[in-house]
Amino acid sequence: MTKMLKGIAASDGIAAAKAYMLVQPDLSFSETSIDDPEAEIKRLDDAVEASKSELELIKQKATENLGEEEAKVFEAHLMILADPELLGQIKDKIKNDKVNAEAALKSVTDMFIEMFEAMTDNAYMQERAGDIRDVTKRIMSHLLGVTLPNPALIQEEVVIVAHDLTPSDTAQLDRNYVKGFITDIGGRTSHSAIMSRTLEIPAVVGSGSATTDIQEGEMVIIDGINGDALVDPTDAELADYKQKAAEFAAQKEEWARLKDAKSVSADGKEVLLGANIGTPDDVLGANDNGAEAVGLFRSEFLYMNSNELPTEDEQYEAYKAALEGMSGKQVVVRTMDIGGDKELPYLPLPEEQNPFLGYRAIRICLNRQDIFRTQLRALLRASKYGRLAIMFPMIATVQEFKDAKAIFEEEKANLVASGVEVSDDIQVGMMMEIPAAAMIADKLAKYADFFSIGTNDLIQYSMAADRGNERVSYLYQPYNPSILRLIKNIIDASHKEGKWTGMCGEMAGDQIAVPLLLGLGLDEFSMSATSILKTRSLIKKLDSKEMKELADKAVSDCETVDEVVSLVKEFTK
Amino acid sequence: MEKKDFHVIAETGIHARPATLLVQAASKFNSDITLEYQGKSVNLKSIMGVMSLGVGQNADITISAEGGDEAEAIAAIADTMSKEGLAE
Repeated sequence: MTKMLKGIAASDGIAAAKAYMLVQPDLSFSETSIDDPEAEIKRLDDAVEASKSELELIKQKATENLGEEEAKVFEAHLMILADPELLGQIKDKIKNDKVNAEAALKSVTDMFIEMFEAMTDNAYMQERAGDIRDVTKRIMSHLLGVTLPNPALIQEEVVIVAHDLTPSDTAQLDRNYVKGFITDIGGRTSHSAIMSRTLEIPAVVGSGSATTDIQEGEMVIIDGINGDALVDPTDAELADYKQKAAEFAAQKEEWARLKDAKSVSADGKEVLLGANIGTPDDVLGANDNGAEAVGLFRSEFLYMNSNELPTEDEQYEAYKAALEGMSGKQVVVRTMDIGGDKELPYLPLPEEQNPFLGYRAIRICLNRQDIFRTQLRALLRASKYGRLAIMFPMIATVQEFKDAKAIFEEEKANLVASGVEVSDDIQVGMMMEIPAAAMIADKLAKYADFFSIGTNDLIQYSMAADRGNERVSYLYQPYNPSILRLIKNIIDASHKEGKWTGMCGEMAGDQIAVPLLLGLGLDEFSMSATSILKTRSLIKKLDSKEMKELADKAVSDCETVDEVVSLVKEFTK
Repeated sequence: MEKKDFHVIAETGIHARPATLLVQAASKFNSDITLEYQGKSVNLKSIMGVMSLGVGQNADITISAEGGDEAEAIAAIADTMSKEGLAE
């Protein structure tokens, strides 16, 4: 019988395919004593051999599907697998202690993992502990005769079913075969959800029970528009969903015609629709979806995809590529936003009780000026290749902005003095994500060239509710009058100083929020590239004067989110 | 037995990619090859052994090889060291 799962709609679209369970098998075992060490060593050798051929195949597939860079991790795994020290010690243990291969493997690898993890001053080595853990799992699976999921080896159309998807899982997914995915946990802003939108794969996250309710090979329909999944559907249901998928495709086609159109409301008010990108490669998707700017280039991906701090030249190349790719359209680069939920293995930060309220983003940069200055120099050098704007994340006070801006000016003057060509038209602005900053937006607007509202953080800080905590996720209320008032305060303050305000959070592409934001006078909406055309089509239908009325009413009269939502529906009928 | 001393100049020392390259170079030879640092010596064909030493910048290390192709092995390792800017 058909089972229906409800989750959070993470990425638009509808897909139907067989389930592929990306679930870890049970690798538990009991330690036993053995009489025939030679036979046990043979078992170990066989498991190592099997792991080796499996990894070689995965490495080859990963190279073909994803590129050499992504495949490198498997090379590291192969090397560990061939390590004479490691294997020698395991074999010695089998011989000397007369224990089974599983127990010997675990005890020796645990020792190495512990040793590497203890090197707290060397993040690279700590990371290698993860590799040893992965390799151990693979050998163990062969010893126990169970199969590890190998997403890189998928050769048919599937829907991925997982508890959660980590960056290394998604790196192995081949878009040609992965038609959709569904996870147990996560929200609209979790890694898996963001990745699904980048890859344009329909996805449902936070279903609660996908991994227990779905069996390997069952047919699954993913409805990423409504956040539903149907397991083992009837023929009639399958046909119904095919129809929906066709309608969705038709709508996408309509949006595609808007690709080169301006973003203008029904009464002729122009706004700018930009894309949020994470790497220079994403510029392609931004252009394909008709972005008029990049409203947010998250520079931390440069830091996170690396084993050490990215050099000035590496960064320069990335910024240059993004600026050139956008051919003269504005690119807003956010300076390093590490900390909070984003950690760097090679820049260990002291453990904090409250990382989201801790040492992160500009707070690190103002302290570790070496890191900050390197990034600013790279940006300045790249500035001649397009229209660059820079913004600082997590600014709370006027002083912080002034300090950051002063460092920028210093680096700029140094470069100019040494004869480097630098654009003299770089806007320097800030993220608006801390309520304290929003309250003094009028003061900050005197110094910043623009504001960009980061709604995810602004909402979680305003509501004092961790956005990753499912128990308080009901407090993630973008349309709450409190949030709308903060946004209004920010936009009005910027306009009074002749500056502009953008928004680069999820809210900027939200179909209920867009009418409100247009009414509040937002100048630039930056969102996942795939939301741009849908939003442009919506804005075309809206009258900006009516939306101003709507926004004024919502800000001054409404008490609850429900009231705001029904007001929006009334105004956009 | 062939022996050669090196002074590590690479900023990252011998952990990240360099360790992999050295192990790959050493693994091509039949000789037993060891890396000695601060009184401890490890098998240069073992990535875990090499990494566990934590050889940093400015470390003085000794590489020795013993076996039929010991001279070629030391030459190849010295070649990798200088080509990758690891040590001199």
